[in-house]
Amino acid sequence: MTAHTQTMAGIAVRPQAGTLTGTVPKMDARGVKVYYGAKQALKGIDLEIPERQVTALIGPSGCGKSTFLRCLNRMNDTIDIARIEGLITLDGQDIYDREIDPVQLRARVGMVFQKPNPFPKSIYDNISYGPRIHGLASRREEMDEIVTKSLQRAGLWNEVKDRLKEPGTGLSGGQQQRLCIARAIAVSPEVILMDEPCSALDPIATAHIEELIDELRENYTIVIVTHNMQQAARVSQRTAFFHLGEMVEVGDTEEIFTTPRDERTQGYITGRYG
Amino acid sequence: MSNEHIVKSFAQELQRLSNLITQMGGVAEAQVEAAVQALVRRDTAIAAQVIQSDLRIDTYEREIDNETLRLLALRQPMASDLREIVSALKIASDIERIGDYAANIAKRSLALAQLPAVRPAGAIPRMGRLVQEIMKEVLDAFIERDVDKAVAARRRDEELDDLYTSLFREVLTYMMEDPRNITPCTHLLFIAKNLERIGDHATNIAETIHFLVIGHPLTTERPKGDESSFTVVTPQPELQG
Repeated sequence: MTAHTQTMAGIAVRPQAGTLTGTVPKMDARGVKVYYGAKQALKGIDLEIPERQVTALIGPSGCGKSTFLRCLNRMNDTIDIARIEGLITLDGQDIYDREIDPVQLRARVGMVFQKPNPFPKSIYDNISYGPRIHGLASRREEMDEIVTKSLQRAGLWNEVKDRLKEPGTGLSGGQQQRLCIARAIAVSPEVILMDEPCSALDPIATAHIEELIDELRENYTIVIVTHNMQQAARVSQRTAFFHLGEMVEVGDTEEIFTTPRDERTQGYITGRYG
Repeated sequence: MSNEHIVKSFAQELQRLSNLITQMGGVAEAQVEAAVQALVRRDTAIAAQVIQSDLRIDTYEREIDNETLRLLALRQPMASDLREIVSALKIASDIERIGDYAANIAKRSLALAQLPAVRPAGAIPRMGRLVQEIMKEVLDAFIERDVDKAVAARRRDEELDDLYTSLFREVLTYMMEDPRNITPCTHLLFIAKNLERIGDHATNIAETIHFLVIGHPLTTERPKGDESSFTVVTPQPELQG
């Protein structure tokens, strides 16, 4: 074993911020810059998203964490003035490649939003919509199974199994959010992006979602944006701190919340002036 | 970046906690000094005072316990704030033990005052002075959040251990010379052990200061000089029979 840096296929492996030694990241962002018109929202983000772990993105409002999250499944494509530079890969493949169909990408990288947004349809149809347009079920029984499994995985099955024909909008806020998570799961994504999934929920509904996130990470890679520091600490294994369009620091969650390296991280999480 | 909390009351509560530790440490330091004085001067009034004052240290500990529990529950502290609060809890418990040892020294000095003086008592003031110096340095390191000072103080514990080991041997020899020495010498031995333990708790505090400031524990092995556990002193043949 030689002492110098190992190379893979002749390419030097650069040790840098966000690099996890020894594991291949599920998603990888390199030098990601985002502009909304003339305004630069992200100033070159390098971040690895490890597989089957929860990565939390924290930072003050306007720091770019949601912008970054939206880059991961090309949600920013829908904003006309948004321009993106840099490289984002999913399993090593550039997600901004011309060959990639954004709709297919979003089936692999699902999203759950801040406010629960069920379709104005039945609970059943909320779940079956995605699998149907992606052609994941050919028979009624297959679809039933997908709906059942998705609701079970989202921890909602017992509460709604007798009322699948009722409108999804009739559920409580916490149930609606779990319905949205079930809907995201239904198309068998690999990565689930969550943008403040609990900010509109009470503590009990929040606890249900957090428990769910913990279970989901056995099968899915999760990236969550949250303003709630305790939530980031509770649910994630990795935490990245964003500030003014930069990613200041990333590390094991435990480390970020006990011994952050950067003074800005320390200032933010302890509630000191920035 | 300013170091001030946006929520001022939180900053004030953390400061109060730190002040309580400083005050408690100051009381314990005075208690150790007074206990050694009581012993050296065979002054039972000072000894009684020390025994009584231990209550004050216990009261401080309870107050610090309550305060840390409250801060943990209400503020959900993170990073340096979290370390500050956890450290306060640990340091308070070390100081409380130091107080107990000081009180025990005072109690034994009451017993010793009723017995004829024995020579090994001479080494006790040296141990006492050293312990006080280490404690003072550690408490200063806490107030100044000075890791280097804490680590330096921790290193001095070795001297204390050496003094203890030599005193241990000396005391055993005295006991063998004359059985009438056994009672005072046993008390002296416990007193020396108490001083040595105070040094160990001061060492713990130094390590906690390291964690508090740097964020991870001090990993280097502490130099240990206390070899009394392995010490064997056998009676000389001419002293037997």
